[in-house]
Amino acid sequence: MNRRASWFNVTSIAFGLAFLYLPILLLIIYSFNESRLVTVWAGFSTKWYVSLFSNQGLLDAAWVTLRVALLSATAATILGTLAAIALVRFGRFYGRTLFSGMIYAPLVMPDVIIGLSLLLLFVAVDFGRGFWTIVLAHITFSLCFVAIVVQSRLSTFDRSLEEAALDLGCPPVRTFFQITLPLIAPAVIAGWMLAFTLSLDDLVIASFTTGPGATTLPMKIYSQVRLGVTPEINAVSTILIGIVSIGVIAASLVTKRREVARIRAERQAAAGIRNGI
Amino acid sequence: MTTVDSPGRHDTANRPNPARWLVVAIPYVWLFLLFLIPFLIVLKISFSLTAIAQPPYTPVLDLGGGISGVIEAFKEFTVENYLWLTEDALYAKAYLSSIEIAVVSTALVLLVGYPIAYGMARAPKAIQPMLLMLIILPFWTSFLIRVYSWIGILKKEGLLNQFLLWLGVISKPLTILNTDTAVYIGIVYSYLPFMILPLYAALERLDPTLLEAAADLGCRPSRAFWRVTFPLSLPGVIAGCFLVFIPVTGEFVIPDLLGGSNTLMIGRTLWNEFFSNRDWPLASAVAVVLLLILVVPIVIFQNRAERGEGAINKVPM
Repeated sequence: MNRRASWFNVTSIAFGLAFLYLPILLLIIYSFNESRLVTVWAGFSTKWYVSLFSNQGLLDAAWVTLRVALLSATAATILGTLAAIALVRFGRFYGRTLFSGMIYAPLVMPDVIIGLSLLLLFVAVDFGRGFWTIVLAHITFSLCFVAIVVQSRLSTFDRSLEEAALDLGCPPVRTFFQITLPLIAPAVIAGWMLAFTLSLDDLVIASFTTGPGATTLPMKIYSQVRLGVTPEINAVSTILIGIVSIGVIAASLVTKRREVARIRAERQAAAGIRNGI
Repeated sequence: MTTVDSPGRHDTANRPNPARWLVVAIPYVWLFLLFLIPFLIVLKISFSLTAIAQPPYTPVLDLGGGISGVIEAFKEFTVENYLWLTEDALYAKAYLSSIEIAVVSTALVLLVGYPIAYGMARAPKAIQPMLLMLIILPFWTSFLIRVYSWIGILKKEGLLNQFLLWLGVISKPLTILNTDTAVYIGIVYSYLPFMILPLYAALERLDPTLLEAAADLGCRPSRAFWRVTFPLSLPGVIAGCFLVFIPVTGEFVIPDLLGGSNTLMIGRTLWNEFFSNRDWPLASAVAVVLLLILVVPIVIFQNRAERGEGAINKVPM
């Protein structure tokens, strides 16, 4: 590569990262602003964080959101992992085209369509709208994201260990829990985290499927934003960004460490075989 | 021992097994009931009439009425909502302007994203995972919050105007917030990771010896880029474009928070029909037409994704 091209590369990466991070950085900085105006700096203050914790409506919404996200991410991870296994391991089965279509379509389907259609379903079957309808809706779209993440891990991993277990007479279900699941665990965890943040983040689908009494944090933030920008929203946002960032970075460090440990263990095992054990 | 299994023979494919059956059936039934059936209900209600009732449409399909009840309900079906969509030019405008905004912003995201993905793929191997992490991290933080963060920047008295005034580039503040420009900025910002990741996946796999061969044969770098690099990155380009174009067409949050009252996008129209006018049948008809517009790109996207082209599968992580 010649020098000019590499200068170009460095500049474009720097520009790209600045573009991605500057708005978030400014949002965080102005959450510590003394002034009520988000755009004029008037000195450092944590008063917006203090006022946050006396805003009962916001705290209630945060609690609802957290419960929805925990429940829906867990259910979506189980369903999505099953779906991924079906896609990767079962070859052709009856209705496979429809199945994979239903997995891939929600990834790009506009939220307004998913939200409206689920709401009309809940109304048609007369299912009381509120907390549980949001959970069901979130499970449905995030299970597809989990399926994609787990599928990409399943389709690249070495199946000889599974085959060895099956050859030694281990029943398929037990093989799954003892061999397959530990091997795909990083992808399953990543899928859970993705489902969790998708649920934490969703405004449109929750707005359609909710009922009286269940207001999620994004819905609360959205209605406040429509009234105007306040440092209090910056403070909530900063807390959310902090939690998600720490979670993602921690998870990636843990999986990396695990990966290194796994590779080392495999090398040792291979060396052991070579040495005639 | 009479037969030796070849590798891969343990595909549980030929073994009838209740556990295996459940693995497919559980997610299948779930998606069938909560993803496919709802579309049929949307379709059905788009042929209904608005009513001041709970639920606010008629006829209500009552399966308790048996076959005759269903037939009665079908007799009451009306195409009025669809006629209304063609009569009021507002809807056609909203569809067209959604598609226009989606096409233009997809091109913009590609233009901004390509150099970044290219730079990442050319960066030293040791720092590539970190760069990838930095691109993915904003994808994980809230979409709503990231859109919100631009309001403070683009406002009339916002940070961008303050900065430009301070630089002396402009003498009086620009109006950016609540215009289409703000919508484009918001879309490029929010959807950039969706474009960069498949592009990076395609460019990273590119064999550098191909470019060396081109250079050895006297090909200039710029020509080598267009003759070698770009064609080989096409699967990533296509995947990225689908991942941006389809959801942007139905986007609601960005035009609602950053756009002006004259920014017409169909996701917003649908939202208003539903929440402000409480016209569920019309909202359903709007959704059905939107789905018809998007069905071709969605099917192409699915086929490519299933064949693993363009590394769509690698997008979320």
